[in-house]
Amino acid sequence: MKKKIMSLCLVLAMAAMTLAGCGGSSAGSDTFKIGGIGPTTGGAAVYGIAVRNAAELAIKEVNAAGGINGYQIEYKFEDDELDNEKSVNAYNTLKDWGMNMLIGSVTSGCCTAVAAESSNDNMFQLTPSGSSTDCTANNDNVFQVCFSDPNQGIGAAQYIGSNNLATKVAIIYDSSDVYSSGIYEKFVAEAANQPFEVVSTEAFTADSKTDFSVQLQKASDAGADLVFLPIYYTEASLILTQANTMGYAPKFFGCDGLDGILGVENFDTSLAEGVMLLTPFAADAEDAATQKFVSDYKAAYGDIPNQFAADAYDAIYIIKAAAEKADAKPSDSVADLGTKMEDAMRTITVDGLTGAAMSWDADGAVNKAPKAMQIINGNYSLIQ
Amino acid sequence: MKSLKNNKNLYNNLITIGIVVVGYILVTILSAAGVLSNLLQGLLVPLCAYIILAVSLNLTVGILGELSLGHAGFMCVGAFTSAFFSKCTQNTITFAPLRFLIALLIGAACAGVIGFLIGMPVLRLKGDYLAIVTLAFGEIIKNIVNVLFIGKDAKGFHFSMKDSLSLNLEEGGDVIINGAQGITGTPKDSNFTVGVILIILTLLIVLNLIHSRDGRAIMSIRDNLIAAESVGIHITKYKLMAFTISAALAGTAGVLYSHNLNSLMATPKNFGYNMSIMILVFVVLGGIGNIRGSVIAAVVLTLLPELLRGLNDYRMLIYSIVLIVMMLYNWAPNMIAFRKKLANRFSRKKEVA
Repeated sequence: MKKKIMSLCLVLAMAAMTLAGCGGSSAGSDTFKIGGIGPTTGGAAVYGIAVRNAAELAIKEVNAAGGINGYQIEYKFEDDELDNEKSVNAYNTLKDWGMNMLIGSVTSGCCTAVAAESSNDNMFQLTPSGSSTDCTANNDNVFQVCFSDPNQGIGAAQYIGSNNLATKVAIIYDSSDVYSSGIYEKFVAEAANQPFEVVSTEAFTADSKTDFSVQLQKASDAGADLVFLPIYYTEASLILTQANTMGYAPKFFGCDGLDGILGVENFDTSLAEGVMLLTPFAADAEDAATQKFVSDYKAAYGDIPNQFAADAYDAIYIIKAAAEKADAKPSDSVADLGTKMEDAMRTITVDGLTGAAMSWDADGAVNKAPKAMQIINGNYSLIQ
Repeated sequence: MKSLKNNKNLYNNLITIGIVVVGYILVTILSAAGVLSNLLQGLLVPLCAYIILAVSLNLTVGILGELSLGHAGFMCVGAFTSAFFSKCTQNTITFAPLRFLIALLIGAACAGVIGFLIGMPVLRLKGDYLAIVTLAFGEIIKNIVNVLFIGKDAKGFHFSMKDSLSLNLEEGGDVIINGAQGITGTPKDSNFTVGVILIILTLLIVLNLIHSRDGRAIMSIRDNLIAAESVGIHITKYKLMAFTISAALAGTAGVLYSHNLNSLMATPKNFGYNMSIMILVFVVLGGIGNIRGSVIAAVVLTLLPELLRGLNDYRMLIYSIVLIVMMLYNWAPNMIAFRKKLANRFSRKKEVA
């Protein structure tokens, strides 16, 4: 009998929680509610936190300057723990909160899972850094701020080829990472059309990313004079250190994931001298907008912002530009707002931290010129 | 005397299934009335999958008495084989329920076969050793899925363990399983009703098995292996039977899970040992061998981290603390004594009043 009462209580408690969960769904129509999703706990927390903070910074600026079309922005960021399922849960939570537009998800896999849900609602979704083409393919409502993976891979191969940087290229990539393997595949495909040869391809996974001596030895044995690193900077800093220890000194070339390598603790930055990377953003670039962003970000959160932060900062201003173009109002229904914003996105051009004159094609991928940077004297400098 | 005991079992089973049915009706009414939050609507199908997982693991841990830490591996097999099938036949079988039914059978059968194959060597071990080996097998399954590339073009299927380029697909070919990036574009065929039907099916299978002749044999192995062997019970057969059924049911949960998500990836979080241990936590918290407890624990522990979202970054910390407190409340000897005392006092008060 006691058990029965217990289970009855439990059912009632759950029902009560259910009802409590939907208190905020009737949104006031005097503010835009922008939601964000990304990993703020766990191994990828760095990226999620960067996006969360930078978007918050941009929203504060926009609000201080009078908001979008005169409406203030409310902002809420949800954790997805780098898990597709949790990301969809976060999306549903934000919908309960009354979200009008979504920034996220930060990572490609989660973004794809969320995009499948958001396209059903025609919720306008702008991902700062979900770079896989699966995020935008067949989803009219999803747009990217960052380059898609294929564009980065093709761009890197063309850049190496047209500038005759190397004749023999080795690749070290992370096969367990969507970003890294996405770039790798397109790089290899494009390399067939370029005047260099891929002589060694070595993979590592998230479980084995501390010792790269085997991969470097193979690259060295194959006589590669350039090593392509479509990976994140933490692993790249280890690769540079280990290559130096074994006396192997090829050119190193990376993509936007390498941005931040100069900020790695206990890393001898002189080893990164001469490393080239295709990235849309460098924290120590000279232009006024970047410098203002970096100093504001540092003042507010104590870190130097990385490329994810810059993408998220741009994302807010892109939303602002599109919403102004579309004459969007918070009182529009989510689906109507989505349609308006999608039409506007395909016509606007935005100047941001991560590129000048960004525009978007029908698929939702961004068009902007890739910038090649080289590390010279401990600074990123633009290669003209 | 005997019939009374049978009736008691039937009564208990009916309560367990009744809780599920009442839960279903309640949720359906709330959903129809439009008061159910989007978050909870999105959680319903994963919730069903976790309940099935917890109940099926309870068969291995509670009834067979062997500690298995590779349960997520079987879920992974079910999820990927069925998602593979559904993606391939998305355009040929357009009637979703039929496609899902076939996918379900394929997923459960594959997980069952893998469970049988793994069970043969593994079940020779006992206790900690068995736990470690199942853990290893679970990880092996996840890692194989992560390096598997399968594509399909006009000529048929292409396999590779290297990368999607070496599949050499023709123009118009489609990569179905893309290594660590998993399967993208699985049709969303599962829903809450299907989930609840599968839960009830799982409960019927497990509860009937427990109270059947075979179930008694399995429990006798748990209680005393030597005694069971001495009365002529075929140890290997019954152990394998329980393990295979448990694996096949986990595969069912995997099918449900994969058909709810558009992009399916085998990460340590959803198919690695983290998940296996999570399922074990459901079972332990709900009470080892207590099927109804597994159902309730799975519901509570899945909802908890989501309902704590209001606490932002402290959410996972508080979830852990709540978990520790709940475990202590349920299982610490002093707490059990305290609860008994409390219960006694209450019942005495009632008598006095």
